Amino acid sequence: MDYPNHATPLTDDAVDQPGATAVAAAHDAVRRALSQYGGLTADASSVAPDADLYALGLTSHATVNVMLAIETELDVEFPDELLTRSTFETVGALVAAATAADR
Amino acid sequence: MTGRFAARAAASAAVAAAHAAEVDRDARPPAEAIAALRENGLLAAAVPVALGGEGATLAELSEIATELGRACAATGMVFSMHQGQAMALWRHGGDSPAVAEAIAVVLAGGLMASSTTEKGGGGATGSSTCSVEPVDGGRVHLRKDSPVVSYATEAAAVLVTARRAPDAPASDQRLVVVPVADLTMTPTSEWDTLGFRGTNSRGYLLDAEVDAGLVLPEDYATISAHTIVPVSHVLWASTWLGIAASAADIARRAVRKQARTAIGTTPPAAVRLAELLVALQTMADSTRHAAARFDQIADDRDALGAVSYTLTANGLKIATSEAVVDIVTRALRIVGINAYRLDSDLSLGRHLRDAHGASMMISNERLLQTDAGFALLSGATL
Repeated sequence: MDYPNHATPLTDDAVDQPGATAVAAAHDAVRRALSQYGGLTADASSVAPDADLYALGLTSHATVNVMLAIETELDVEFPDELLTRSTFETVGALVAAATAADR
Repeated sequence: MTGRFAARAAASAAVAAAHAAEVDRDARPPAEAIAALRENGLLAAAVPVALGGEGATLAELSEIATELGRACAATGMVFSMHQGQAMALWRHGGDSPAVAEAIAVVLAGGLMASSTTEKGGGGATGSSTCSVEPVDGGRVHLRKDSPVVSYATEAAAVLVTARRAPDAPASDQRLVVVPVADLTMTPTSEWDTLGFRGTNSRGYLLDAEVDAGLVLPEDYATISAHTIVPVSHVLWASTWLGIAASAADIARRAVRKQARTAIGTTPPAAVRLAELLVALQTMADSTRHAAARFDQIADDRDALGAVSYTLTANGLKIATSEAVVDIVTRALRIVGINAYRLDSDLSLGRHLRDAHGASMMISNERLLQTDAGFALLSGATL
């Protein structure tokens, strides 16, 4: 896989870290949401995990729909503190946010 | 919230939230939250640095009150009322050793309650029937039939207004610090209300004999205008801001749920939510501005004593007490039936009941009657 399995380095209390399955599911959901609602100039399924999505045409209006789509697919809610511009900046950041969001 | 009190406010608010439903149901004081505030040093936060405290500004206390209000409005109200009374001790207490002892009690986490109205007085705080009566041994006796004393069972002391002396006129009042050890409290009424049920504001017959040094040296009219009214109005408003912000959060969750069912189209309720946020922001801005304004003039006796300042302090209380009802009502309409239900996680029942208490605890009508006289003398502060 071409993205990090964990938003933060694994530690001894790895139990609290999102499992690989959850991260893979989040990764799929993020790419699907971006391709449906992101309005990107590039193919969302192959965008590099650290590519700047705003540079690829993501607008702040589109981020709302991307967030809603991720929330719907994963049945999570993004907490307020994650609703910042940087959360939507890259695929990697979105995956980290989606796995950190409360189920 | 950010700043030096943020983590401690969040920890206390979490405890308050965990017990809020039960406190509301049983109309009992939020004892667990009060203990958390004490352990976190927040009941002592405003004690000046020179006296061993942290010297919290009113702006800082305002943010704490909002955090508490979001979690449990009754806890926010207790915190707010305590701060106004506690600040009177070092702002108006002079250099009496007995008052210094009372400040030490606050520093250790003691809760200060108050009795400022009297049975038959119609809620008036500016006059008393009861009086301070000198007795032997440098002590004074005081007996008062008090229709409302909030959280009396949790307090370390009750600050009681009374006429200065048996022959003093009704308006010549003093504030007496009465440690509960020197006080006999006989309950005269229960507290079974729509909202703010956890303030447990029962009526009591108070009978006390205390060290004469616990009669604060300044007249109560000054203490009230310079400290108790502005501080309590700002912190009440801050607590109500928390109620309103919590209702807005619930409304946002509901609208987001709707938006997920048809991604790409903005649900009609989102416009109502945007409107609600305009009202909430206005409420927040006026509350925080009033807190910062007090901090600016906290030691300026002329500014604090000005008629125009009383008008701004009363204006904030009246405006925010109406705003909180408006905002919670808007949230109720946005969410719909799930907010109206009591058994839903989007219920706004407690928010709505608490919101209506804001215009009752010190009635807006009474404040407007005070303002009516002042309005002939002064305009708004621009």
